[in-house]
Amino acid sequence: MTAAIYLAIYAGLFIFLAGCIRRILVYSRTPLHLRWELYPLPHEHPYRAAYGGSYFETQEWWRQPQVANRRGEWRVMIEEILFLKSLREFNRRLWLPSFLFHFGLYLAIAAVTCAALAMACGFLSFGTRFSEFAHVLTPTIMFAGAIGAVLIVAGACWLLIRRTTDQALKNSTHAGDIFNLLFFIAVCTLLIGGYLLRAPDAASLGEFARGAVHFDRSVTIGPVFGAGLILASILVAYIPFTHMAHFIAKYFTWHAVRWDDRRNERGSDLEGQVAAALGYKPAWSAPHVGADGQRTWAEIATNNPTREAQTTREAQE
Amino acid sequence: MSGRIKLRDVSRPDSETLIHLENDELMPLPAPLESPEKDHAWAALSEQCQSRYECGLDDTCAINIPKPKSPEEEKQLVARFLSGLDKLFDKENNWTFLEPLLLTMEHCTGCQTCAESCHIFEASGRNELYRPTFRSEILRRLYFKHVKGGGLLSAWQHGDIHLNWPLVARLIELSYRCNLCRRCAQSCPIGCDNGLVARELRKLFSQEMGISPREIHENGSMLQLKAGSSTGMTAEIVKDNVAFVDEDISERTGIAVHTPWDVEGADVLLIHNAGEIMAWPENPGAFALILTMAGVNWTMSSELAAYDAINYGLWYDDAQFARVALKQMEAARKLGVKRIVIGECGHAHKALCVIADRMITGDLNIPRESYLPLLRDIVLSGKIKFDPTRNDFPVTLHDPCNMVRLMGVVEPQREILRALCPQFREMEPHGVDNYCCGGGSGFAIMSGNNFPDWRFHVSGRKKLEQILNAFADCPGPETPKYLCAPCSNCKGQFRDMITYYGLWQKSRILYGGLVELVVNAMAGVKPGFIDWEWR
Repeated sequence: MTAAIYLAIYAGLFIFLAGCIRRILVYSRTPLHLRWELYPLPHEHPYRAAYGGSYFETQEWWRQPQVANRRGEWRVMIEEILFLKSLREFNRRLWLPSFLFHFGLYLAIAAVTCAALAMACGFLSFGTRFSEFAHVLTPTIMFAGAIGAVLIVAGACWLLIRRTTDQALKNSTHAGDIFNLLFFIAVCTLLIGGYLLRAPDAASLGEFARGAVHFDRSVTIGPVFGAGLILASILVAYIPFTHMAHFIAKYFTWHAVRWDDRRNERGSDLEGQVAAALGYKPAWSAPHVGADGQRTWAEIATNNPTREAQTTREAQE
Repeated sequence: MSGRIKLRDVSRPDSETLIHLENDELMPLPAPLESPEKDHAWAALSEQCQSRYECGLDDTCAINIPKPKSPEEEKQLVARFLSGLDKLFDKENNWTFLEPLLLTMEHCTGCQTCAESCHIFEASGRNELYRPTFRSEILRRLYFKHVKGGGLLSAWQHGDIHLNWPLVARLIELSYRCNLCRRCAQSCPIGCDNGLVARELRKLFSQEMGISPREIHENGSMLQLKAGSSTGMTAEIVKDNVAFVDEDISERTGIAVHTPWDVEGADVLLIHNAGEIMAWPENPGAFALILTMAGVNWTMSSELAAYDAINYGLWYDDAQFARVALKQMEAARKLGVKRIVIGECGHAHKALCVIADRMITGDLNIPRESYLPLLRDIVLSGKIKFDPTRNDFPVTLHDPCNMVRLMGVVEPQREILRALCPQFREMEPHGVDNYCCGGGSGFAIMSGNNFPDWRFHVSGRKKLEQILNAFADCPGPETPKYLCAPCSNCKGQFRDMITYYGLWQKSRILYGGLVELVVNAMAGVKPGFIDWEWR
């Protein structure tokens, strides 16, 4: 049983990482797209970023270097990631349940990561010279993990109610969405319940974490907690293959689309990418496009369909 | 009707419309338009239109898609749609927007934050059909089913949908119920872009199936590539018309104005929306006067497509977009000008300054900029003397989406208005949070069937509310008021919408551009450049 749980955890993490990497590669390998930014841009000069201005507000903007206000970008990213700023600003009714859910996830992830790191560094190994430190760290991690799990359950239940009772949300809710929320609720409930109801001789969280790192099969945990861990591993493996991987997508939608105001300057790398894109050979079928799978985008863009039609008519006459 | 339709209804085989809107279901308007009973009744679609064209979506019909004559033809059309769908997600065919489209398809959580930002959804009385995700969710389900392979698991995870001709026909119409203002994308916590979805659907229909609104394609981008301008003006005609404008402006202002053409090596190549020359000649006239008085070395070009800044391809077709943009760049290169400056046309700003930036290489990459920083610098430089008391009437500013949210040009126009208009007041919200005029993405020039009824009742309604609220302290006709709209497309929408609701008579609201206000405040010109007459 214990070995199976360890294997599930490692397999879950492996599939999660592989799924995330695959998704990142898919998006990062798409060709350069046309500019499609949306203002405000946080990396603009602070006074412009405040009202949504851009370098286009200056005459002969190309004579001035492009501002890269990374501090502004970081500020917006932190507010967005930690506090779901857009949702709070534009959809307050959904913000609180969503915030509880996401903040719970952050706490749970932080707790698991700290436990794993501390375990790997030996801080939580009982009887070592770090025992005093472990004495403080262990309950902190457990507290964060428990609060995280409770927030996830609360947020997911609230979201579930909203998705099933709000007519607007119902129309865009799929069976998979309901399943995902139930999955989170089940996993967290099993983990909390299983840990609280564990037998007196069952391993503590620290002991289990140490056992997982050392693949120690002598560690015993309760069946409910074990089931929770296996389900959690499946959930983790499943996430990158759903729209819940928006933590990856968000990097691209914000940085590579919304905030991408890079200028195409002569001789730049960007210009090289533009030139490459213009070499693609489309095959759209409408006659006015004039695509045949052989002509490049550049050839199509420099062709005038009205002149071509006129030439054809004249030749026929 | 709100909330009753389901996604599956879009495949309904009958030709009944999915929804019907009544005036009292729409978002209420402030005085003097607060009474739904007194609002215009919608013109019904003619029987001829309903019998010949696909009108199964809502109360209007924008595209006039002929009804297929047989089940075989329906199958062929669906097959062409599927072929286009594949191309939409292929880099050879759609490198231009593949990444943002993929991200939008694969990561929407359905949180409906976008709906709260959409003026069309709100104005319609929150009708499900106009929810930004309604359209996107159809495409998303088609994507997972037909592009990604589908299957039971996929249907469970992403939802299922039945593809048939009625769905395709309704989707074509539905792609023209969005202004592409992208306010929804601005608020999306994930960064998904429902405006892009509407735009990419239009692209599929145009580039694969050859289906697009006549006003935008045949009479728009094709005419521009054939004659030189979507107005139909050839180079000779536009020069004649501009000469007439120069003469008129010289007479009205008392200052001799002459528009230079094809000046090699000029500092500025000014490109107007040619519609201004036809519909609002005082606008290019005001430009000519300001640039002349400021001593700017400028020119206009008589090359094909280079005397008309419009680029309708931006709304529906990448190939048409690229062709027009390249023609404009080529004209600038030929003249050897130092920069291109775009006049009062929102979509032309974004098309040439922003989007086209990644379609050009080498010496075609001529620097391009908005006229607004140049105008701001002229006004604030002290080169020209102004008398702001000449503009002492209530003025509010409409922010064209393409200039603000999509390009970040927000403050120069305000600096000018604050300097020259003592009674300037903002609409709320404004700047990058603005609402579209309701004519964006081609709607302002689309007037087939009863489409204008929809355009004024629904897509323009939120802006109408903003305008009335901005002038709430002086609602009556005794106070003339100026709605400053520095964009031809928006002006077209305002002209039609103000006429439709009789707001010139009821409230004395006049619309116009920004340069007209600048000339009106010039101390050295004859007073009264702004003509307080409805036109």
